[in-house]
Amino acid sequence: MAGQREYFYRRLHSLLGVVPIGIFLVQHLVVNHFAVYGEESFNTAAGFMGNLPFVLLLEIFIIYLPILYHAILGVYIALTANYSLKNYGYFRNWMFALQRITGLITLVFIAWHVWETRVQIGLGNAEVEYSLMEGILSSPFMLWFYLIGVISTVFHFANGLWSFCVSWGITQSQKSQRVLTYVTVFVFLAVSYLGVRTIIQFAFGV
Amino acid sequence: MAEQSTITFIITRQNDPNSDPYEETFNIPYRKNMNVISGLMEIQKNPVNANGEKTTPVMWDMNCLEEVCGACSMVINGTARQSCAALVDTLEQPIRLEPMSTFPVVRDLIVDRERMFDALKQVKAWIPIDGTHDLGPGPRMPEKKRQWAYELSKCMTCGVCLEACPNVNDKSNFIGPAAISQARLFNAHPTGEMNASDRLEGLMDEGGISGCGNSQNCVQVCPKGIPLTTSIAAMNRATNIQAFKNFFGSDNAH
Repeated sequence: MAGQREYFYRRLHSLLGVVPIGIFLVQHLVVNHFAVYGEESFNTAAGFMGNLPFVLLLEIFIIYLPILYHAILGVYIALTANYSLKNYGYFRNWMFALQRITGLITLVFIAWHVWETRVQIGLGNAEVEYSLMEGILSSPFMLWFYLIGVISTVFHFANGLWSFCVSWGITQSQKSQRVLTYVTVFVFLAVSYLGVRTIIQFAFGV
Repeated sequence: MAEQSTITFIITRQNDPNSDPYEETFNIPYRKNMNVISGLMEIQKNPVNANGEKTTPVMWDMNCLEEVCGACSMVINGTARQSCAALVDTLEQPIRLEPMSTFPVVRDLIVDRERMFDALKQVKAWIPIDGTHDLGPGPRMPEKKRQWAYELSKCMTCGVCLEACPNVNDKSNFIGPAAISQARLFNAHPTGEMNASDRLEGLMDEGGISGCGNSQNCVQVCPKGIPLTTSIAAMNRATNIQAFKNFFGSDNAH
């Protein structure tokens, strides 16, 4: 078993990307989407999530530790690959490269996002409120930062679902992998819509 | 065909495993239906470079000359393939030849593909049939399965899939697609199946199947059209099941 540590670490990395991180991502964007129905609606939903029992424990074990693990091993994976798009410009090779690039963008985005929201709330400098995001997204720079960050996170999740299904041996045949590509494109578009729509609401109030 | 009277090769050369690579250009007379190897043979006959200087003949590896042995693989105009099957008429000029960068260079275009054979050893890509006594005939293989397995058996260990794989490089210890597909081939064989878990354990070892990043370049470049990515996904499933059996202690963890 000692020689199989790498195998275990990589499989755990793949699993954590979907459960719990992927599930959390979708849940997070769905709850944020309450903003579209008005400030009141968002504050109620966010308040419910923020006041769950054992919220810090839930956050640590469902969000912080899995993301930290996924990020650290992910950076290592991204840095130990060769990028060969010039000579091998196939679709999946592009996805391979984009998966690693969006992973790095997502890491920077999440680090800043957590610092600006959850850490500031924890320090008592801010409240879980509609106005917090409204304030952040009133700056055009932060608006673009959030748009790029959210879209790259969702891409990483959707394309990650595709490689999750291959890494766990769920989709084996070329046909099933092709169909899964279409499914994950749909997931990318649908979840991106959730995120972008919410950002537009916070930034422009519409 | 006046403009086709000569063809130009720009070849990345290296005198020995430890010296620095350098480029040398050669102009050779054009003949109809040339392949890259016949061009290299021309250079061997008359080793004079484009500057008119006499030089050492370019060394390359070859054997079957019909895309079956895999020995003559090299990077031709940026893409790894067999030089015997690379027809000059279909290539853009000048033709750039380089040794495959994944492997240590022996000399010029000759590389040492030993890591591929080490990978086959890691996954035990053979069928042990020797015993202290005659074990008798093995189980029969259904014809349909034989036809299917034949496709996997076409692998010639040429190294093109490793060269195209972004995760096979000197920063990682990934064994590459070829050996993973061979483990699948021998696990599919009715006699080989009896040692299936040994091969799966090999795939789960350091540098094994988990090094795959699903770029799927391998299946695009394989000259034999082997469904390498299907093999990888199938072995992903098999190793995952084996890992669960090993940990939770099922009777089937032989």
